[in-house]
Amino acid sequence: MNVLELSRWQFGITTVYHFLFVPITIGLGFLVAGFETAWIRTGREHWLRLTKFYGKLFLINFALGLVTGIVQEFQFGMNWSAYSRQVGNIFGAPLAIEALLAFFLESTFLGLWIFGWDRLSARLHVACLWIAATGTLLSAYFILTANAWMQHPVGSTYNAKTRQDELQSFVKVLFNPAQLAGFPHVIAGCFLTAGSLVAGVALWQVLRPGIAGDHSIAFRHALKAGAITAIAAAVAVVITGDTQGKLFTTQYQPMKMAAAEALYHTSTPAPFSLLTIGSLNGSHPVFEITLPRLLSFLATGNWSSTVQGIDNLNQQYQAQFGPGSYIPYVPVIYWSFRLMIGLGLLAALIAVVALWATRGGRTPSHGKRGLWRKTLIAGGIALPLLPLLANSFGWIMTEMGRQPWVVYGQLKTAAGVSANSGGEVLTSLIVLTLLYGVLAVIEGGLMLKYIKAGLTSEPPPTYGAGDRGGGAGTAGESPQLVY
Amino acid sequence: MHLSDLWFIAIAVLWAGYFVLEGFDFGVGILLPFLSRGDETSKRVMINTIGPVWDGNEVWLLTAGGATFAAFPAWYAAMFSAFYLPLLIILVALIIRGVAFEYRGKRDSDRWRRGWDAAIFTGSLLPAVLWGVAFGNIVRGIPLNAAGHFTGNFFTFLNPYALLGGLTTLALFTLHGALFLALKTTGELRGRANAVASAVAVAAVVAGAGFLAWTGAAYRGSAASGTGIASVALAALAALALIGAALANRAGREGVAFTANAVAVLAATASLFTALYPRVLPSTLSPAYSLTTANAASAAKTLAIMTVVACVFLPLVLAYQAWTYWVFRKRVTAPPRPRAAERAS
Repeated sequence: MNVLELSRWQFGITTVYHFLFVPITIGLGFLVAGFETAWIRTGREHWLRLTKFYGKLFLINFALGLVTGIVQEFQFGMNWSAYSRQVGNIFGAPLAIEALLAFFLESTFLGLWIFGWDRLSARLHVACLWIAATGTLLSAYFILTANAWMQHPVGSTYNAKTRQDELQSFVKVLFNPAQLAGFPHVIAGCFLTAGSLVAGVALWQVLRPGIAGDHSIAFRHALKAGAITAIAAAVAVVITGDTQGKLFTTQYQPMKMAAAEALYHTSTPAPFSLLTIGSLNGSHPVFEITLPRLLSFLATGNWSSTVQGIDNLNQQYQAQFGPGSYIPYVPVIYWSFRLMIGLGLLAALIAVVALWATRGGRTPSHGKRGLWRKTLIAGGIALPLLPLLANSFGWIMTEMGRQPWVVYGQLKTAAGVSANSGGEVLTSLIVLTLLYGVLAVIEGGLMLKYIKAGLTSEPPPTYGAGDRGGGAGTAGESPQLVY
Repeated sequence: MHLSDLWFIAIAVLWAGYFVLEGFDFGVGILLPFLSRGDETSKRVMINTIGPVWDGNEVWLLTAGGATFAAFPAWYAAMFSAFYLPLLIILVALIIRGVAFEYRGKRDSDRWRRGWDAAIFTGSLLPAVLWGVAFGNIVRGIPLNAAGHFTGNFFTFLNPYALLGGLTTLALFTLHGALFLALKTTGELRGRANAVASAVAVAAVVAGAGFLAWTGAAYRGSAASGTGIASVALAALAALALIGAALANRAGREGVAFTANAVAVLAATASLFTALYPRVLPSTLSPAYSLTTANAASAAKTLAIMTVVACVFLPLVLAYQAWTYWVFRKRVTAPPRPRAAERAS
């Protein structure tokens, strides 16, 4: 492998890995803040216990999202210096603003939340988590602004003299139509992920043999909150995904959508390929299920309109941008697209079934060898994992589907890579991948440990108690050691 | 003054803020095995002094990186790709260290905690040394060709001047951590932190004075101009503040000692950046290849927008970070009875 391929692998691995933790952080932050708010409002103990239980999972997960975020911030300059040099004027700005507006907010207020149980009043304490959660949303907005510009560069012009893309309108960059379609899609995906985690864990707990009555009641509340969040988010994911798909098929990146369908020849009307076995090169599918006209409808809203095919688009791009191939790696795009949709919908389906099976305080019985119950338990275990996979496939589809471009229509990925040696990049690829692997095992082990441990009995927090009595080191009080 | 000069100052401020803030939490991490003397409660007290703030401190680095990307794309691109392997080591260190703080208390096992203690120590030690080595090399210059590509290798960075820079930041941050612990703990731990600070201060004064004198003698961008003179004046201020910190520590004035050392870190960072100006990354191959505030900067529009954003939000960030330190202003003490078993359940 050459430096380009090694760098792409490293970027892909780091980014997909980072985005396993990010959606949980974004969605779960709000859900835990909701639990603590419910505790403060109602004074009912199960909300406090759920706050602490899911709060632990949130923090275990947050730690890895945070540290892999540092790599994200550095890797553009380390591995993609030619890219960075050309696009820093536009791409750098949202990154810097993200750090200033969002990272400070997240880190500072999360620190206050973790350590402030006995330092802050109840309202202030929960406000810190709401603020930190808002920080994660802001963070997502700015980094996705940067990504949207790569997908659909607006608000900038290329200056041939300085060989840099220069900013024309920051407002256009911030409110890029690709961003306005993409941001809600990603955020809805985050809530689907976090809702599924909360609901999946709760379902598994509720179905645990011999679970204490009060624990069961608490987890039923969590199951309801998580499943409703997941279902609502799934609806939003579908709507925003459809908007985004139409925008990209008809205007921004028709090639990506043609590759997602493995549609080689421009068709009027175009069928939707449900699945294909055999070759995806457009010549001889061994086995294929297609739904006539559906692709035309999905792509344009019209059952009989034309959808452009890969070969036709490639010829068009060769005329526009010069010789070369403008076709992304079709099998990956085709299958990622299907897995993204399929796994995401399956998660929503499990959430619906879980809600229905536990409605009105029901517990699925042991009857008929407990098959129904076992199925539900399996569903509870699968539920948190499915959206994680769907998110990953979504990113793989949209990023690999943009190839060979790093900035669509403007800069090819191959022209963006650093001049570092293959040995250097191979070293970092190996070191980071091994490190991510080890940390994933540790993280997974801790998550399982705390999920299995279930609810702990929590003494009511002494909000603000440690802050009374003035000066430093006053005797007669001992702040809790949190870490 | 051009906006690009303003952003050079802004980036210097961000790095100085990073070193002042994360400097002490690196120091606490480095001192963890020594000052705790293997006692679990002492370790937890030490880690809890920085627990609520270390993450916010680290964001200063991310902001410095992001600001460099936006304001000086050519600087960001050349610097981060040139310092590829040192940055990789720093990244790995920051990753294991950040995870260690959060995961250390999550299992009740000595082996588990010992592993994370090692991660905190190593993850603090390596960046404390490597940031000094990196800044030494930035001020000294690196072999950059006409295209802005680095033509050296890992060993290019290991020159005596830069290594002295590494020793300086190591000593300075360790001292900063010791002074912070003296200010934030009680009893025996506080006494040990005081004693260690006195010893480390000597090393910090010697290494720091040597490094800054070497900088002043050999690596100022424009020795005769105002910035060249300012660099020497700032170095002198750093030395005085450092000596002041050592004396205040001996006198038991912990607040004064920590503040004075923060001033020393600030002044030393400012001295390096003024020595660098107007270059941002000098080339040792030819002065014509050096990156400067003029030839590495973004166009005016980006700089103007970034300036507005920074003017609005940086004061806000400073205000709420200061409030955090106020909320956690009390000394951290060991609880009356061990809580380890309770936590682990």
